[in-house]
Amino acid sequence: MSADEKNNPVSSETAHPEPVATSAQIGTQTQGDTAAGPIILFFIFGLVASLVVGWVVFPKLLYSRKMQPVDFSHALHNELVDKGCESCHFFREDGSYSGVPKLAQCIECHEEVQGESPQEAKFVNEYVLKDREVPWLVYSEQPDCVFFSHVAHVKLAKMDCVTCHGNIGESENLKVYEQNRISGYSRDIWGKNIAGFKKNTWDRMKMDDCSECHVKMNVNQGSVQTKKGGCFVCHQ
Amino acid sequence: MKIDRRSFLSFAIGGAAGTALSPLPWKLMDDISIWTQNWPWTPVPEDGETRYVNSACTLCPGGCGITVRKVEDRVVKIEGMQNHPVNKGGICTLGLTGAQLLYRPSRIKTPLKKVNGSWRKISWDDAIAEIVGKLKELRAKGLSHTLACISDSDRGSVAELLNRFLTAYGSPNYIRTPSIQDSYELAIYLTQGVRAMAGFDIDKADFVLSFGSALIEGWESPVYMFKARSALSDNGGRMEQIEARLSKTAAKSDNWIALNPGTEGCLAFGLAHVMINEKLYDREFVDNYSSGLVELQNQILEAFPPEKVSKITGVDSEQIITLAKKFANARRPLAICGRGKGNIPGSLQEFLAVHMLNALAGNINKPGGVWAVPEPDYINWPDVQIDSVAAKGLQQDRVDGAGSDKYPLARYLLNRLPALVNSGADSPVQVLFVANANPVYSMQDTQAVRKAFEKIPLVVSFSSFMDETAESADLILPNHVYLERYEDIPSARGFPRPIIGLARPAVEPLFNTRHIGDVIIQMGKAMGGTLASAFYWKDYQACLEETLGDKWDALAENGYWLDETFGAGEPGAAFETESAKFEFANKDIASMPRYHPLKPEGDESHYPLILIPYDSMRLTSSYIGSPPFMIKSVEDTILKGNDILVELNPATAGEFGLRAGTYAILSTPKGRARVKVRLSEGIMPGVLAMIRGLGHTAYDKFLADKGVNYNSLSAPVEDAASGYDASWGIRARLEKA
Repeated sequence: MSADEKNNPVSSETAHPEPVATSAQIGTQTQGDTAAGPIILFFIFGLVASLVVGWVVFPKLLYSRKMQPVDFSHALHNELVDKGCESCHFFREDGSYSGVPKLAQCIECHEEVQGESPQEAKFVNEYVLKDREVPWLVYSEQPDCVFFSHVAHVKLAKMDCVTCHGNIGESENLKVYEQNRISGYSRDIWGKNIAGFKKNTWDRMKMDDCSECHVKMNVNQGSVQTKKGGCFVCHQ
Repeated sequence: MKIDRRSFLSFAIGGAAGTALSPLPWKLMDDISIWTQNWPWTPVPEDGETRYVNSACTLCPGGCGITVRKVEDRVVKIEGMQNHPVNKGGICTLGLTGAQLLYRPSRIKTPLKKVNGSWRKISWDDAIAEIVGKLKELRAKGLSHTLACISDSDRGSVAELLNRFLTAYGSPNYIRTPSIQDSYELAIYLTQGVRAMAGFDIDKADFVLSFGSALIEGWESPVYMFKARSALSDNGGRMEQIEARLSKTAAKSDNWIALNPGTEGCLAFGLAHVMINEKLYDREFVDNYSSGLVELQNQILEAFPPEKVSKITGVDSEQIITLAKKFANARRPLAICGRGKGNIPGSLQEFLAVHMLNALAGNINKPGGVWAVPEPDYINWPDVQIDSVAAKGLQQDRVDGAGSDKYPLARYLLNRLPALVNSGADSPVQVLFVANANPVYSMQDTQAVRKAFEKIPLVVSFSSFMDETAESADLILPNHVYLERYEDIPSARGFPRPIIGLARPAVEPLFNTRHIGDVIIQMGKAMGGTLASAFYWKDYQACLEETLGDKWDALAENGYWLDETFGAGEPGAAFETESAKFEFANKDIASMPRYHPLKPEGDESHYPLILIPYDSMRLTSSYIGSPPFMIKSVEDTILKGNDILVELNPATAGEFGLRAGTYAILSTPKGRARVKVRLSEGIMPGVLAMIRGLGHTAYDKFLADKGVNYNSLSAPVEDAASGYDASWGIRARLEKA
């Protein structure tokens, strides 16, 4: 007890002359100190705003939308060729994979305009006649540190193109190329779903998707050199 | 509702929670990690179809076959051609880094003309018209002999086209850049009577005695020599290295014999003395296929007894006798010479002495010996018509004095040219072509060379790179780089069989360059008259296909043509001297001044030390400047930062108060340079060693201003017998910086 209180024993009583007022004061104080309603509201504002940003705004900002230089119908071409995908996306003699066809291949048929499609006319005039390669935007492009052998998967493991690439062979138009502004790669690598969920094997093509299949099939989980599981199976 | 600190915090916490529950942080983390692994400046190999082009390397006279790996149109790797007779799949550092020459920033992209000291772009037509105009003017004045040409070779279609141009124009002044080939050719010519190249069957020998030749550091055909050196060891053979400094070749040999620098020839004569005196020579060869042994014996009997040789060379006389016995008793001994990579021709008497050691051992034109490889004979163009101006010009003496009364034996004496140009009031050379050579860098006493080049009114460089010579030229007509052009490779230096290689384009020319062969043909046509008729081909390609004739198919398919039948005959059948034998002595040899160890230039009292050069496989010493990868591979005991290190014995360093790693000023009668000191027990006291191949002033930031050019400190010394440059070092002084 302080010296003041000892000297004025009544002072505490004079400080609270009306007990009713005291209880009212207590009530107000409780409301002021623990204003749970507005605080929770702000918390919810923050939560909702960030969820909206994270789930809706961010994906829109992250990807720029680019059109392919020329539209292309896989479905149309697939009907005209007899060896399926491999007619154009072939394996070279040394087993390496040719990837997206070069102009030289297209010229075999499209030396001149064949049909009435304005896109074909654009292709012939802009690229064939000027002998310029088409700067295709490749949806499946992976960073250079990723080593992937098509021949090992398609020829040795007899996998179907669809398993990884989906039904692109049936598409009539090339979809918009959504380029990640940070990494520069296509949205198809991470997958359309920003949370990374997938329904089909071809929905995304990240490292985990490769290993998922390798684990399931129990193949090549170790490095050829070290015979140990690890990074260097793919990151050679 | 009041917005205060608490509500703000609450909002932030909510935001943090929401962010954590959204994919944003995890996706960002993933993207940023991918971004950081793929910096845009990190070089990424091109993706595409891999193709291989079999070709031949032209970067040195080694004649290796190469396989160029391309991805689409980009050269990504150069490998040695599998099963090629010369390099058997191997490749040297220069060959391996050849792609960097193709994409080098110092490449010349278009013809250039120097106007008031700076370069202006010029069209091919204007450049050719300018040269032709000047040449016509000279011819009109009867000065056709003042045109000269410097090139690295006098064989093969490009060299022959240049030479043909000079002949038809009326100039005898075609000059091949110097190398030990000069001395070897003369040694073979004098003793065997044939114009031939020396080939060394090292892998079949069982005892190789090398007089300072850097067998595993780029001597002759480097990769052939590496492989042959390995085969020698694998077959149980021995190699002994005679050298003043513990080079890598010496370190890898079975025995290193250190001698006073520059006395190798003396030791060779000493060994010959022991072999003759003790009758250790090959009786069968000497009796049946040689003449003049008695004269040789008389000549060396008093001059080179082991005791005297020991005094000069510093090699113990017992050791000399033992070495001679080891050499003579080996089944297939082989002696080789030419210091370092063999850039300097050296003393003719020294080469004769070493060549005669092989003859005494009976190892001429035999497996495991020295072969006289005939010069290629596939170029058979119709004779050039000589008009009256040309006839007059061709009768003039050569500007370098080769073939003159003083030096009747020499064919080319480039080392004499700078002094001759600098001495007169007017330059005896009015127009100079420089092809496949960089004399302003690679000739000794670069100051004098630079001065001479400045004095020549019109210097035309055919260089693909802005090298020192191109920089001091007046016109540059850039040739394609070897990966962009066809060219025949007429021989492989030091390879014991005739072989022709074919360089062919791996890629289309990247810039507005033109094949030197095409340029010569176009100049010939533009000159008109007999020159136009001498250059009747449509272009170089037509000329080459016609020249190679029935060999073209084999060359186009395999990349090389090898004379399978060579070497089948008796060894004696190849001697075309008067006696039809190997001549240890004859009137030409007798008329030459006797052998004396050459003294290095400089006054001993002012320059107490001797500076000698050495070579490395990690640096080129030829006209091609080392590509960036090679420079990166140079040890920091040779080049640290931009400082060159000179090798010095600790005893000598102590005497001059120098410690390892300290700076010093190195001066010679020809120049001064700031160097760092490196101590080594592998070099004898009183001698300093400096690497060749550094100290470029031209090219690009990867090569320029790194270290010091040995040639800027040294000077050529004329060999009394041949006129060739026989210098092996220069007197020097080293002081604390």
